[in-house]
Amino acid sequence: MNGPHDLGGQHGLGPIYPESEHEEPVFHANWERRVFALTLAAGAAGKWNLDQSRHARERQHPVAYLRHSYYENWLTGLETLLLENNMVTPNELASGIADSPPDPNHSPPLRADDVASALQRGKSVQMTIERSARFFIGERIRVVNNHPRGHTRAPRYTRGRTGLIRAHHGAHVFPDQNANGARVGEPLYSVEFTSCELWGTSGNPLDTIRVDLFEPYLEHA
Amino acid sequence: MSHDHSDEHTEPPPDVELRVKALETLLVEKGLVDLAALDVLIDTYENQVGPRNGAQVVAKAWTDSAYRTWLLEDAAAAISSLGFAGRQGEHITVVENTPGVHNLVVCTLCSCYPWPVLGLPPIWYKSAPYRARAVADPRGVLTEFGTELPDDTQIHVWDSTAEMRYLVLPERPADTDDWSAEDLAVLVSRNAMIGTEKARLPKKARQK
Repeated sequence: MNGPHDLGGQHGLGPIYPESEHEEPVFHANWERRVFALTLAAGAAGKWNLDQSRHARERQHPVAYLRHSYYENWLTGLETLLLENNMVTPNELASGIADSPPDPNHSPPLRADDVASALQRGKSVQMTIERSARFFIGERIRVVNNHPRGHTRAPRYTRGRTGLIRAHHGAHVFPDQNANGARVGEPLYSVEFTSCELWGTSGNPLDTIRVDLFEPYLEHA
Repeated sequence: MSHDHSDEHTEPPPDVELRVKALETLLVEKGLVDLAALDVLIDTYENQVGPRNGAQVVAKAWTDSAYRTWLLEDAAAAISSLGFAGRQGEHITVVENTPGVHNLVVCTLCSCYPWPVLGLPPIWYKSAPYRARAVADPRGVLTEFGTELPDDTQIHVWDSTAEMRYLVLPERPADTDDWSAEDLAVLVSRNAMIGTEKARLPKKARQK
């Protein structure tokens, strides 16, 4: 979707104002710690995947997405996912009090003893697919000019632009379908764009931008 | 820099703390999360995992050419051999700065970042201005971090749009030939591994 999250190249957002590396804490308020941990712990139930989680944040009204701080967007995303998966009711969310006892059919939550191994394991998105990659390293491609309404990971600033295939990462889980709950693999490429191809006369002829793009996003140039 | 740029960082509404507290109570009551697990998750990313991990990787690459080669060819395996692996680091590529090439990492679509080697990203990395400008105006971004590059340096920006995570291998500072990997790691700032800065100079580090 052409949402507020797709920020590459936007103007008017002001300076970055980085905090000093030595002074910046990992979390800036206690509620941020809790939102971070709640999101990971609730996600461990496996009711949604990474792309559904991202899409839940992106689907907010653009004004809300941009106004919110980072962990407020996580909080909104988590509440959306809990409601949509019928894990909590709107009434419960508003009151903070459970209307019904724990569902005995639910798998037990992530336990403290299992956190380290779950984090260490991670979640590979590498897939094995039958067909071979359609594009070869060194080939010139164009990003399809497409504006899907759902989740996608082809940034707007690349669409319709031509670039060079510089590496093939193998097949990874395709986010556009993963966001709909379908885990299918698509070849993933590292595509190099010149700064001037993307930004025209505002670009710098020396600079390049590398973007990881899935095969369905690409066509022969 | 301080936090008084109120037009850039809108303060959360006062009820956000209550909203989080209510959600936490609810999820614990419904058996959906375990309170002790939350504490372990927070402790892991607040105190255990952070950019000191990445600094060890970089310092080893600076002092061990076989490791450097391995790191550039198969970063996930080379990094994992030092004990750093897992969530948000399942697939990693290391990109090397050279005298003519400077690398800069961003995630324009969200906040993708190599957690096992750098921990959680700083606020600025997740901020709209950085995500907007890193791909379109990397030289302006570097200037804001106080990083000056020669005009003829090429900048390679890496937009982390899929599950591949990127770590910059900065250039080893001059006059450090006799330094141990342990001492070199002190020169490797987090920002140098994102690419907004270079590795610290030996003099500056010794004065600290």
